[in-house]
Formats: sequence, C-alpha cells, structure tokens
Amino acid sequence: MCLAIPMTVKRIEGTRALAEAYGVEKYVDIVMTPDVAVGDKVIIHAGFVIERLDPESAREIEAAWDEYHRAMNDEKETGRPDGA
Amino acid sequence: MADRILAGHGSGGKLMNEMIGGLIRRILGMESVQLDDSAVLHTETGKIAFTTDTFTITPIEFPGGTIGSLAVNGTVNDLAVMGAKPLYLSCALILEEGLETAVLERILVSMRSAADAAGVSIVTGDTKVVERGKADKIFINTAGIGILEGMVQRRPIMPGDAVLINGFIGDHGIVIMALRNRLSFSRGLISDCAPMNGLIGSVIAAFPESVKFMRDPTRGGVASVLNEIVKGADFGIGLAETALPVRDEVRGVSGMLGIDPLYAANEGKVLMVVRGEDADGIVEIMRSLPEGRDAAVIGRVSGDYPGRAYLETRTGGRRILPLLIEEQLPRIC
Amino acid sequence: MNNDNIRELADAFRSLRLKRDLRIMEVCGTHTTEFFRTGVRDVFPEGLALIDGPGCPVCVTPNDYLDRAIEIARVHGVTVATFGDMVKVPSSYSSLAAEKAQGLHLEVVYSPLDALEFAAANPGIEVMFLSVGFETTAPTEAVAVQRARERNIGNFSILCGNKLTPPAVKALLDAGETRIDGFILPGHVSAIIGVEPWRFAADSYGKPGVVAGFEAYDLITATTTLVRLIEAKRYVVENGYARVVRDRGNPKAREIMYTVFEERDAHWRGIGIIPDSGLALRDAYADFDAWLRFPVEPPPAREHPGCRCGDLLRGLILPTDCGLFGTACTPENAVGPCMVSSEGPCSAYYKYGGL
Repeated sequence: MCLAIPMTVKRIEGTRALAEAYGVEKYVDIVMTPDVAVGDKVIIHAGFVIERLDPESAREIEAAWDEYHRAMNDEKETGRPDGA
Repeated sequence: MADRILAGHGSGGKLMNEMIGGLIRRILGMESVQLDDSAVLHTETGKIAFTTDTFTITPIEFPGGTIGSLAVNGTVNDLAVMGAKPLYLSCALILEEGLETAVLERILVSMRSAADAAGVSIVTGDTKVVERGKADKIFINTAGIGILEGMVQRRPIMPGDAVLINGFIGDHGIVIMALRNRLSFSRGLISDCAPMNGLIGSVIAAFPESVKFMRDPTRGGVASVLNEIVKGADFGIGLAETALPVRDEVRGVSGMLGIDPLYAANEGKVLMVVRGEDADGIVEIMRSLPEGRDAAVIGRVSGDYPGRAYLETRTGGRRILPLLIEEQLPRIC
Repeated sequence: MNNDNIRELADAFRSLRLKRDLRIMEVCGTHTTEFFRTGVRDVFPEGLALIDGPGCPVCVTPNDYLDRAIEIARVHGVTVATFGDMVKVPSSYSSLAAEKAQGLHLEVVYSPLDALEFAAANPGIEVMFLSVGFETTAPTEAVAVQRARERNIGNFSILCGNKLTPPAVKALLDAGETRIDGFILPGHVSAIIGVEPWRFAADSYGKPGVVAGFEAYDLITATTTLVRLIEAKRYVVENGYARVVRDRGNPKAREIMYTVFEERDAHWRGIGIIPDSGLALRDAYADFDAWLRFPVEPPPAREHPGCRCGDLLRGLILPTDCGLFGTACTPENAVGPCMVSSEGPCSAYYKYGGL
C-alpha cells in the first residue's frame, strides 16, 4: 500500500502546501515534514508529504532519467514501433 | 451473472460484456441486436447506420465540454466509426426536479454548438422530469442516424496492420477523475470531447480501402477496444509504450491516483486499424487536421500472442493489457 | 548511474548469470504490481524467482475486519469512507461493492483528510473511515484523528486495521516454511521507519535486503544489488532508494503515528496472530474508535475452503499453484482478496501473467 509520487512544492499555507507535478496541482498536508520549503521535491502519499527528496541523490537520478527521456524521444521521432 | 447490478456492470469491461451477452441480447434477440457501434440497416434506397447512447456524468459541466456536448459527439462518433455520415440526432432529457434552468440552458447551448460543429441536426426529442433524488441532475439519451455511402469500414485484420490514434490518450477520463479528486492543472487540461466524422471522412476519402476497423475509445479506453479486437482472433496487438501520445498531466494524475491512461475514457479520439503500408499516409492526413495534430502509430498487429493485447514497455519487457474488469477507482496501494 | 538507457540496463539485467538459482521476496504489494507493470518481471535473469510477500495490506486484512465494517454499516447506518482499494474485496459473506448495490453509503476517498472533510460537511451522518495500511499510511490516518479532535468533529471515527511490516517478515523467517534468499524491501514504508528496522533480517537470519524505489530503474538496480549481496554472502541491508529513504526514516511521522496509535497483536490472513504487528487507537483517542462506538456482533468469519491466499502470503506457493486460480477465482468474481486487490499477487498474475 505504497503508491506515492514525487511533486514540487509551489506555495506553503500553514500546514498545507500547493504541490505540482507534470502540470497537475494538489493541496497536500505537510505536518510530517515541517521543514519543507518552496521548491523542494517531495513524496506524496494519500494527500500528505511523507518525505523530502534528497536533492543530491535526486539530481543524479534525474540526470539519468533526462538522458533516458532524450533517448526515448529520439526513438519516438525516428523509430517505428514494430509491436512485435 | 451477479445477483444484482453492480457499478462495474456499467464500466465498459468484462462485467458489462457478460450482462450484454448473457442477459440483454439473449432476451432481446441475439440476431437482431447488433454488437457494433451502430447497427447497419439495409433499406431499398441504401444502407443506414443507427445508434443510441445514454449519458450520465458527474460533474455535468467540465473543462472542454458538458454532458450535452458529450451526448452529441458520442453518438456522432458511434456513427462515424462505421464509416457512416452522421445526419440526424434525437435528444431525450431526464431532468431531476430542482435542476437550475440556467444550467440546463448552458447544456443545451453546448449541445447545439456541438451539433453545428459536427454538421448534424437534432430533429426530435423527449423530456421527463423525475422526483428529486431519482436522477443525478440530468441524464441525456441521444439516438443518431447516418447514411453509409460507401463500404462499412470493417475488413479482415491481419499481422502487419498498424494501429493508430489521432492524438493524446486519456484526456477526458483524466479530467473527470481529477475534478472528482480535487486535483487541478497549472497549464490547464481539458476534455478532448469532439466530433470525429470530419477526420474520419478525410481519411476514408484518401484511403477508401485501407481502414480495417475503427472505434472511439470512450469508456474503458484504448486497452478495452484492443481487447475487443483481439478477442478470439488468431492475431495479437502490441503497443509500444514509447510511442503512446500521453500528456504530462495525464501521466501525473494517473500516477497519483494509481490508474492507467490506457483505460481512461477518450471523447474525441478514434482508434484505427489500417493496412500497414498506408499507416504513414493516414497519419499525415490526420496531422493536417486540428483534431489529428498529434496522431501517431502506436502499435502493430502481429502473429505473436494470438488473442492478446499487450504492451512493450520501456524496459523492452512485455506485459499483457487485460480487459478491464471494473471501473477504475483511485487507490493508494 | 552511468546507464543512459533503461533498455540497456534491462538487457544487462536479463543476461545476468546466477551462480545458483535464487529465490527473493518482494515484501511490498506495490512492488508486486510494478515488477509486472514496468515489464521488469519479463526481463528477469534465468534462475531468479520472485516470491510475493505479505505486503498487500488489503490481502493480509482478515475477513473479520470487513465483516465488522459491513455489520456496523448495516446496524448503525453509518457511511463508510474508504480508499478505493477496499471496495471490491470479498468479506466472509459480501463485499462493500455488493453492499453498496443494496444501499450501503460508501464514500471513496484518496486521503483520510477527504473522509474527515466529508464528515465535517455532513454533520448529520456518522462517517466511519476504514483505517488500513502499513507504516506509510498509518501516520496520515493518525493526522485525520488528531484533526477530528482539534476541530471537534464528533461524527468521524475510524475502524483501525493497520499493520506493521517488519514483524510479518520476521514471522515468515521464524516459520521457515519456504526458502528465501533475500528481500526487496518496501520503499515508502521505509521512508517512514527507515532502514534500521530491517537489519534483523541480515543480522539474525543471514538474509540480505535492499530497500527499493518503484521505477523500472529502481527495480532493476535493487534486484541486481540484492543478487550480488546474496552471492557474495554479504548479510547487510542496503538502501537503494536513498533519494527518499533516510536511514532513520521520518521521525516526525512516527511521532504522530505513535501519539495516536499503539502497537498491538494483530491477525494476518494466512499467518495468524503476530505479536505487536498491528496498531490500535490509544485510550486517549477512544472517542474516535468505531469498534467501541458501534457495538455489533458480526456473524462468524469464514474463509472459502479452497482459497490459498494464506499460503501465498507466506511465500509457500505462486498464485498459479492455487486450484481456484483463474477458474473459480477471477478478479470479477474473486474468492480471496489476493485476486481482487489492485496489488494482490493473484490479480497481478491474472492480469499480467498471460503472455
């Protein structure tokens, strides 16, 4: 029972924050991570921030994923799905 | 079949298929009740396509449409995917006592503009008002008639055929799920609700012999349509995950609520199976039209895994795209 | 992190040569599903078996919990608020979906706070939230109870069925019924409890573990790391999800959780009673305990005689080893919860295992 996704904190209003990911916005509760700040990447579960993403490790992962997405996009433009 | 009708019987999946086959057609007529998007009727002067659809949705107004535009486009599209030219619609309204007149007016205005955009006329109708609590604000039924000038666009599907779609997957279903779960969009995401008859007409005019099958992937989404196509067939259909046009917002909401965009409703999309060699030409035609700007080839018909719809994922692994069993609920597991 | 292409990574993973056949267990139900959904399960190296563990909270919730929830709704006319996950799960005699068709008021929510808001907006009706889930979810439910008290929302209560994961893993190891060479450990549970509570598996039982994230990348790298640890006989627990999981977890979340809840023995489907493996409301929050507020006597719980969910959750069998799998038990007509929960192993096998 662990579906949780990364979002970015846009605004903080008391015990809640407006978080954003992929253009989707949602108010989330930050009572479990009181030191969260605007711009932080956070993990959301059932409407709550349960943890902040560590910027260092996240950057590494993101760089890898950017590479990967670039590779995927190249593939989308030039490649053809063979469905096989 | 279950002792009682459950919500899942209305979700376009396996339960609904059981109800249609095991109860509705069994009693109303296995022969007479046609299973396709529209019934094709032969008259002395030619063939007509005839269809009906009932619309219930919460909320009744949403970014990109209302229950009214949905009711027009849904029926127009059910006719268009047969290759028919939609002409006339009926409009039956079931109104809940207490519905605001201003809301009804907005819905009717959106019906009218959808009909104008699709080039169809609403020629007859009916209204009923039911006691408060006996309906949810408004239900709309539309029936539609179209003429089939050429062939019904159904031809034998075989390995090598291509599967294409005229744009982004899941926008409508995800907008509705987002509204119901208090999610909003920083850049805006709207329902794709639109008539497909213009785009389909252009494709058929240029490639009259190429289209093997078309369907508007509404309730149950793209994966459910694929499952209908491959059911009992000696071929399978493989989608390439990297080729699927899915908006960031749709990915975002899907991730949050634990749902799959391949099973989310589309209201302005047509999924086509076409001759492999014509796929690029058809995509080009689609892309020249506003409602097909983001068209893409998303998969292939193959001899592998007969009777199965499957997805080749980013990792190169494959997984089955099962027939959706019931409605998708937001989940946290 | 020098792999710029997930596919390359997957190909390398697929061609891993194992020194001997290995059996690893994924504890978390979300992992069960993600291994399939991402296609990673399809590129598993030869000789590596993935055993599904007791990590689907819906699956390990015994029938008597849902029986009680349904009986409370019937007798006391309360509205049941729940995560979508519980809706289709069979109880001894029914399910929430079937009860809804017969008039039960059901409110499906994404967050426990949504259930609280629903109660606040409808003061005339009693709202009972089905508080299930592991350490990831329990703090969110604890907050809902705290807020209900702060805001004096008297028509809100929870039916507590929360469970803790490390005691279940320990119980499996103690039972020793099946060979497990190592564990893929739950990423978001560990975000709350940290890495420390898993070390017993390595220290006392010689089973390495890797805390894993949920992307294809995470699954492949964590599994590869686990295989390496097992083969090198390095009995340690590694954190493969360091971008989210701190060694000590989230102390604030645990503080909230243990302010509202206390540990208690709990009944796990298939495993039985495990000491200190569940949560119950502390006496100070007894006002919000639906168990106390709505006394009922549910009919005796019963299990389908052929259902092997219990064996499955103990890692003894694969879904396909169950005689009911795919015949008497399918997702649309499920006998056991493992077939109907979105992250149940049977459901995952049924949906994705057909290729």
